[in-house]
Amino acid sequence: MTRKQKTRLFNTFVTIFAAFAAVMFLMPTVLTIANSFMTSSEISANYGAMLSNMTEDNKTYISDGVNLKFIPDKVTFDQYKAVLFKSPDYLLKFWNSVMLTVPITFFQLLIAILTSYGLSRYPGKIKGMIFFTYIILMIMPYQVTLVPNFLVAEKLNLFRLHFEGFHITAEKFQLLNTRWAIILPGIFSPFSIFLLTKVMRRIPVSYVEAAKLDGAGEFQILTRIYLPLCKGALVSIAMLVFIDYWNMVEQPLVLLKDSAMHPLSVFLSQINTGDIGLAFAVGVVYMVPTILMFLYGEDYLVEGMTYSGGIKG
Amino acid sequence: MKRLRDQCGRRGERIFSDLCLLPSVIGVLVFFLIPFGIVIYYSLINNPVMHEFVGLANYKKLFTTVAFLRAAKNTAVFSLVSVPLALVLSLGLAVLLDRNIPGRSVFRTFFLSPLMVPTASVVLVWQVLFHTHGTLNQIIEHFGGTGIDWMKSSHGQLIIIMMFLWKNIGYNMILFMSALAGIPRDIIEVAELEGAGKWYQFFHIKLRYLSPTILFVLILSLINSFKIFREVYLLTGDYPFDKMYMLQHFMNNTFNSLDYQKLSAAAVLFSLVMIVIIAILLIAENIFGKDVEG
Repeated sequence: MTRKQKTRLFNTFVTIFAAFAAVMFLMPTVLTIANSFMTSSEISANYGAMLSNMTEDNKTYISDGVNLKFIPDKVTFDQYKAVLFKSPDYLLKFWNSVMLTVPITFFQLLIAILTSYGLSRYPGKIKGMIFFTYIILMIMPYQVTLVPNFLVAEKLNLFRLHFEGFHITAEKFQLLNTRWAIILPGIFSPFSIFLLTKVMRRIPVSYVEAAKLDGAGEFQILTRIYLPLCKGALVSIAMLVFIDYWNMVEQPLVLLKDSAMHPLSVFLSQINTGDIGLAFAVGVVYMVPTILMFLYGEDYLVEGMTYSGGIKG
Repeated sequence: MKRLRDQCGRRGERIFSDLCLLPSVIGVLVFFLIPFGIVIYYSLINNPVMHEFVGLANYKKLFTTVAFLRAAKNTAVFSLVSVPLALVLSLGLAVLLDRNIPGRSVFRTFFLSPLMVPTASVVLVWQVLFHTHGTLNQIIEHFGGTGIDWMKSSHGQLIIIMMFLWKNIGYNMILFMSALAGIPRDIIEVAELEGAGKWYQFFHIKLRYLSPTILFVLILSLINSFKIFREVYLLTGDYPFDKMYMLQHFMNNTFNSLDYQKLSAAAVLFSLVMIVIIAILLIAENIFGKDVEG
């Protein structure tokens, strides 16, 4: 066998292996989507056994094995109809997720743009120390940061303003058990600053010098040079931040005692034991925003992070 | 005169870039650093009412708490196994895919998809896979083995390692692939002319250029490994089997009992461990990152 043939054989082997692995990676998602089109009786026939150890006394299930099925016997949108029109609870929890994730993503990015710009222009010793502190903070897991967050939420009070005609009243409220307890620490979480600063530091000084010669001020340098050059990175960071908070479980469990305010990501663990017939459809509804983002931004996700190496780099 | 104005202008510009830092610095101080100072203080006193200094007594108590020791051990074992595994597997995949094979971009999308699918959405599929009468056990039994009750056995860690790898390998792989594409071609060509084999090229040239990315992936994976609680919680709820009892479970339970001293001591202790890890990583960066600025 010649060398060329060997390479070709090896490439074929690699392709088959990669295809197999890739399909395995996609499988859980595809299965969830496929199962969401089943009728609820079909679901309890296939997965009823999963529940039997929880509701031991009323075993009404047909089989006691669990059958993973790809293709529904009968395609139906019943689950979706039930989720979207008959059970407001799911939509409410979905809305909770939106109300937590969207403000965090938006404001974390806004702060990151300002901060990363500040950190990458005129670098100095103090700025270096600030960035270093952020790196340490970024690596700290929730098991560390939730304790200070909880303390703040308990001790800090904010004011809620009520407008009644011209009469404005301020009502003091504790952060704990409100969305703010999650949103505020989320906004100042330094993950996106870390990524964005690394990208901004790569912007050649000559670009800035040229803009200055043309009379651009600092603010214009930020909006006309830095931001356009960071567009890819910004999109990919926004996606990473969004999906991370869309997945949140730790913070609501600790900071929101009232489960009516929990996001769907926490609530889904509870329906799995109850309304199993709907769980797949809810799961699919929950992945729609992130899947759409992925379809739009996959290339950014791939290209935007090209520079990210090292820690301090 | 002109020079003076230039200097003033420069100072004004500097002030703008300093002001940009202000919101974030204040936020970090208020929501993380100052309260963390209070956490350290709480870990050293007997209770928030008496404020009596007790030294390391809270830490000693922590080390006699069975739940804490178990949670710390499980978390450490999980991170020590899954992070290197994620690193090696994603690097391996990236190297394999770093050649001209058909469907490369489709594979890339497939591998990346778990990153963008919420864990909560697919958790049911995992439950079906790992249930006592689930798919995995059916396959095992089909080949004559005996099934395991995965969620309630000491193999429980295997499940969460698999879920972790599923979620994280794709993105790590992308980072490695773009780093591989960034290695200067001429260096590889020279090595080939000099008769360096593929393995030599990989270990002596490519790996050096990849070292900043390796470090970055290591950090990302480490951060994500502490978020595995999400998967465990969605799979098994508040009180999982022993082997899946993670630090976050311990923290949640301690939050519920409002035991500030224990919470604070645990958080401070964990942060110290993290600082040691970060120091090691930074030293590694200084050693490996010097000769190649990538």
